[in-house]
Amino acid sequence: MLTGLTLTEARAGLEARKFSARELAQAHLDAIGRLNKQLNAYITVLPEQDVLAAADAADARYTKGEARLMDGLPVGVKDLFCTKGVKTTAASKMLANFVPPYESSVTARLLDAGSVFLGKTNLDEFAMGSANITSAFGSVLNPWKRQGDDAALVPGGSSGGSAAAVAAGLALAATGTDTGGSIRQPAAFCGIVGLKPTYGRCSRWGTIAFASSLDQAGPMTRSVADAGLMLEAMAGFDEKDSTSSNRPVPEFSKAVGKSVKGLRVGIPAEYRAPGMPEEIAKMWEQGIAWLREAGCEVVDVSLPHTKYGLATYYIIAPAECSSNLARYDGIRFGERKDAASLDGIYERTRAEGFGPEVRNRILMGTYVLSAGYYDAYYLKAQKVRTLIKRDFVQAFEQVDVLLTPTAPSAAFAHGENMDDPVQMYLNDIFTVPASMAGVPALSVPVGLDSKGLPLGLQIIGRHFDEETVLSVGGALEAAAGFAHKPTLHAEAGV
Amino acid sequence: MSYVIEGKTGSWEIVVGLEVHAQVVSNSKLFSGASTTFGAEPNSQVSLVDAAFPGMLPVINKECVAQAVRTGLGLNARINLESRFDRKNYFYADLPQGYQISQFAHPIVGEGTIEIELANGETRKIGITRLHMEQDAGKLIHDQDPTKSMVDLNRAGVALMEIVSEPDIREPEEAGAYLRKLRQILRYLGTCDGNMEEGSMRADVNVSVRKAGEPFRTRCEIKNVNSIRFVMQAIEVEAARQVEIWENGGEVDQETRLFDAARGETRTMRSKEDAHDYRYFPDPDLLPLVIEQEWVDALKAALPELPDAKRARFQSEYGIPFYDAGVLVAEQAVADFYETVAKGRDGKLAVSWVTGDLFAALNRTGKTIETSPVNAEALGQMLDLIADGTINGKIAKEVFEDMVETGEGPEAIVEKKGLRQVTDTGVIDAAIESVMTKHADKVAEYRSGKDKLFGFFVGQVMKETKGKANPALVNGALKSKLDA
Amino acid sequence: MSLDLATTRRIAKLARIGLEDAELETVRQKLDGILGWVDQLSEVDVEGVPPMVGTETEALRQRDDVVTDGNCRDAILSCAPEKSGPFYTVPKVVE
Repeated sequence: MLTGLTLTEARAGLEARKFSARELAQAHLDAIGRLNKQLNAYITVLPEQDVLAAADAADARYTKGEARLMDGLPVGVKDLFCTKGVKTTAASKMLANFVPPYESSVTARLLDAGSVFLGKTNLDEFAMGSANITSAFGSVLNPWKRQGDDAALVPGGSSGGSAAAVAAGLALAATGTDTGGSIRQPAAFCGIVGLKPTYGRCSRWGTIAFASSLDQAGPMTRSVADAGLMLEAMAGFDEKDSTSSNRPVPEFSKAVGKSVKGLRVGIPAEYRAPGMPEEIAKMWEQGIAWLREAGCEVVDVSLPHTKYGLATYYIIAPAECSSNLARYDGIRFGERKDAASLDGIYERTRAEGFGPEVRNRILMGTYVLSAGYYDAYYLKAQKVRTLIKRDFVQAFEQVDVLLTPTAPSAAFAHGENMDDPVQMYLNDIFTVPASMAGVPALSVPVGLDSKGLPLGLQIIGRHFDEETVLSVGGALEAAAGFAHKPTLHAEAGV
Repeated sequence: MSYVIEGKTGSWEIVVGLEVHAQVVSNSKLFSGASTTFGAEPNSQVSLVDAAFPGMLPVINKECVAQAVRTGLGLNARINLESRFDRKNYFYADLPQGYQISQFAHPIVGEGTIEIELANGETRKIGITRLHMEQDAGKLIHDQDPTKSMVDLNRAGVALMEIVSEPDIREPEEAGAYLRKLRQILRYLGTCDGNMEEGSMRADVNVSVRKAGEPFRTRCEIKNVNSIRFVMQAIEVEAARQVEIWENGGEVDQETRLFDAARGETRTMRSKEDAHDYRYFPDPDLLPLVIEQEWVDALKAALPELPDAKRARFQSEYGIPFYDAGVLVAEQAVADFYETVAKGRDGKLAVSWVTGDLFAALNRTGKTIETSPVNAEALGQMLDLIADGTINGKIAKEVFEDMVETGEGPEAIVEKKGLRQVTDTGVIDAAIESVMTKHADKVAEYRSGKDKLFGFFVGQVMKETKGKANPALVNGALKSKLDA
Repeated sequence: MSLDLATTRRIAKLARIGLEDAELETVRQKLDGILGWVDQLSEVDVEGVPPMVGTETEALRQRDDVVTDGNCRDAILSCAPEKSGPFYTVPKVVE
């Protein structure tokens, strides 16, 4: 079935002309037509004729032998990337009708590589959330169900729409963005692969900002090799982003399958959080065993400031977001709520345009930057961030990668963890430290828990060493042989 | 201290510090590639970055950094090889991002000094605290609609330098001298055109008053004063207002005020209670700005000669007085004009022609040095004609006026009008004979001891020769004939 | 330190988010909870530790002073909720 392929398989099939890009695109449009109402994975699906026209262009290039890296591969785009002429909402009422007159650098690269965009995937409003329940366009449903239980589960967040779409066969792959875990945690919750590259690897130009020092785009795919392939298409120097790295982009997909023999894998003691579910701990042990069997040397390491990562994150990210979201004022774009005075417009537009979670984070960020509190909160957090980064730098003097669980639990149900914001924030406990340090991290699905829900392990690497991360991820993937499909899937019952 | 306010309770001195916003001369904006040209169609010089569209990011303009460094060097200031950009957060319709990118904690330029000269010829050093780069805001237009303000973002994102002085200024006149000197330096450097009418240089004025020897009292900031004269006026009226408050037992509130030039008063714009809380923090879109000492050195080596150095050189090289040199270097174009005229000629004669006849002619014709009807080369040629005796000083005035009027060269005018100086002694002798015959009575008076009449005879001989006679020859010949 | 309603109101004003008093109280409770939780950072010794600004991977790149952008008024104004001729418009502001 065309909707069940990996990028790599589909690319080979197209190259061999076993099927056309048009057929591949059509299969996905059909799947979206059948399942998106339930999953709500896409906020906007592109017009069929546009999708098929892009697929036809790809077919023409295959015929001429001029196919590009991602030619004809149908992907979803998180609705945080500005797409020229295509509504871009950030899942916010504020941008409900915003049609950017420009294309983000990452999506422009994907288009240049021949990708066929299917639509814009749902997310937490302005990428703020860990369950995809803050979208102004409704929650996303996780295509997985607990055994014998029909409860609606969250897909994780903020890239929940991308994760659900890839898991359920509504896209071969999708872009995500990760600020504190927004690629990795939903990937783990939905049983797919998610890679947060090194900060600076992918341009941030044209991607709606949440927290500028943390935001990083990355691929969400069905295999580790796919993550490498797609990252290769997304990454690269961009003179329009001052924080973009001008290091050359390696052929990431070639890193998968390379021997990991002799690599040193660190197991950070501090990730053994008290109260970690037994099943998560067991899966982690299993992962360690697999890598040892693959020839890795397993080393105990310590990242002493791990436990402060979340609190640090929940000062720094809101501070940056409070400033980044000041531009949504109802004057130049977006929704405006009228009032007699300029301040009245600001206050009504922003009170009604932003949902409660976004408002709270803006207010939190405004508070920690305000006179009298800056030193106690923001400056302190920046200093602790230095310590967190040092932990990683020191650990990477001893080891090549770190192996940890991706999330402290499997997907939870709508309504769980929702009253206490701190409880919700704890979802990001294992993903936030790598974001704070700016290092690359990959989530790989490795097995199911006793209820039949997927669990992921996280591999964290050195700055700009995605290749080693992908190699180890590939080894883990091969050992785990994760081939489970969610309950809701394009191929189920067709 | 010469400027004091005599109050009921004694004398008060004023304490003034200035924050000058100087628009940087550059082709494109500080963080975007949009043009900076003044006077373009509304919103035509705006990029998506300037309008703060979602996902837009700043990339710094290297020339703006260079201009800030040049200015710092021109102010004898410390250049910080590492500086940073912060966000200053506030909402206003002319500020698309909802924050201004500025340098709060780590400016690119640190302490420096400016030497100012007062009317009485004294000089004083005024300390510079810092110079930092920041973005300008857009413009609101209020007169096109009764209920709406229009937003034009052409200026949004243009680079500004904020130059902050120490509270070293003690007189309104010093504030004026400081601003003129600063503007002069900026113009010499080519880092800001200093045009206050177009808003490319604006001043915020911090004013407080105190009794001699006291620590500083509360200050008020008068925002956005747009001429040097208004700055001096604003200081006077604000200081007087504060003295009155203190003397009536009141307390001056720290606040932001506006200067109303029409009414000659300052008034509250924002009180301390609604003072902004700008929530400065390092801009995460921009990494620290690191520059190399070698680059700074290269910029320094390429700096133009600045007014103080030029003035000293003019004094020594052309032998002209300090005062005259100061007048010449006030504007670089005048200094350049002068130097073209004076090079290889009599510097003193050149300065009297440039600051005398030329300035008068420019004044009269409403022209500037750049549009002068007489160019420096032509004036120089005219001085050559004086030096080689072709014309005398008196005729030169006539030649010059003709040059102003017709734009022709001095030699052509001399030929056209036959103004060549008469050095033929035969002609001069004949003229003397004729004068002595006509005024035999005066000759007798002279010879009987009325020496003062010598000047009369010189005048008559010049008149006889239509002013063209060489005055030295006339003097010699007349003396020998009369005394014979 | 615990967050009071007056401070919450001041913060909402600074952020230009217009909230009713009842909403403000809900926000106050949420923020107060989060602030109590992040207070755990007070136990970290940061003596002599420099603050981390951005991710500090490279120095700032500088672009050449060339006009490469602008002249796109239609695009700039294309998304404006309210405009008049070549301008964005706002209710009259007087200072």
